Amino acid sequence: MDDKEIIARRVAQEIRPDTLVNLGIGLPSLVANHLPKEVHVFFQAENGVIGLGARPPEGMEDPDLTDAGGAFVTAVPGAASIDSAMSFGLIRGGHLDMTVLGGLQVDERGYLANWMIPGKMVPGMGGAMDLVAGAKQVIVAMVHTAKGRPKILKECTLPLTARRRVSLIVTEMAVIEPTEDGLVLRETGPGVSVDDILTATEASLIVHGDVPAMRL
Amino acid sequence: MKHALKTQDAADLIPDGATLLVGGFMGVGSPHRLIDAIVAKGARNLTIVANDTAMPGRGIGKLVSAGCVSKIIASHIGLNPETQQKMISGEIDVELVPQGTLVERIRAAGVGLGGILTPTGIGTLVEDGKQKITVDGKEYLLETPIHGDFALLAAYRADYVGNLEYSLTAHNFNPIMALAGKTVIAEPHSIVPVGMISPDSVKTPGILVDHLLERAA
Repeated sequence: MDDKEIIARRVAQEIRPDTLVNLGIGLPSLVANHLPKEVHVFFQAENGVIGLGARPPEGMEDPDLTDAGGAFVTAVPGAASIDSAMSFGLIRGGHLDMTVLGGLQVDERGYLANWMIPGKMVPGMGGAMDLVAGAKQVIVAMVHTAKGRPKILKECTLPLTARRRVSLIVTEMAVIEPTEDGLVLRETGPGVSVDDILTATEASLIVHGDVPAMRL
Repeated sequence: MKHALKTQDAADLIPDGATLLVGGFMGVGSPHRLIDAIVAKGARNLTIVANDTAMPGRGIGKLVSAGCVSKIIASHIGLNPETQQKMISGEIDVELVPQGTLVERIRAAGVGLGGILTPTGIGTLVEDGKQKITVDGKEYLLETPIHGDFALLAAYRADYVGNLEYSLTAHNFNPIMALAGKTVIAEPHSIVPVGMISPDSVKTPGILVDHLLERAA
């Protein structure tokens, strides 16, 4: 199992039935592949659909139906198409149960930076700031380090996406829960020890007794 | 009743230097024929307000490539390297706005509000220079309205009253921008006789639409 699959499988376990969930572009979008069949959720694409479906067969695309990354998608039975004011009203208004987003950095306060690298990458925040400010639960799905350098830091050095403590950080090495007291190590990844995680993490982690391994 | 305009005649209504609210998300739900006509007439110094600038060769990306644009207010330019290059070189002034804030600023202009209070952007670069207002103990940013000289919309169907219906994820900013342009031009896929669109299906009432573009050839 590669790193991305570990992360996607573990995040999928957090999704509760009958909720509205928004998955970010890239790694987070893989989470949908690992949801048990009996768990029914509606996925939101913030460009305007509740009830995002799978990719259509080639030649059967509708040019007016894409996800937030611009890729052709389908809509599931029961889906609703909405405009951007409704879409972001749902996000900010507390109607979105969970968002899963990628991350560049997360810090000891549980603050996320994921939208720009000054001088290098200035794509714009798109919907990320609204999602982090407004979703009931924010899960950060990312690889633990970037080219060997920790991404979970004492304090983010990149511009923040929101001043809000995220709900959970899931990497291929660990499940970490930001709390009022700091970052609590909840689970270890496959073949990874607590010491490995501490070495790969700049932020202080709170470790309570024996930390269970992820059950994938 | 509205007579459908030829695409070129619609583009000629738009002077250089105008502020255009342009519907679309990565080119989906953008008025593509109208954009092509604006490029063809060699428009200059436009301010474009839109969710994004699509990509080179598509939708709003064509306006950027053709040098029609001097300012952009958008939430995302990441998939158009040309916009980023022109931002860095100083040819285009770019203001990045969170997507939910952008749509509400446009809506505020369209519905007569003096601004909106949003929690989005608090504690980030977005709050720089903005007024913060506390309501019931929670902090919000005051975000101001964005008006357009023109709103350029794409729709699925129109009738000759100007009523508009939209399709799937091609709604996006279009129904909101319909409220906020001094002059509103809609580019529908098709135009049907009055009475064909059920009143319950109308998302933009025709009274908001000044001009309809002729149907696609």
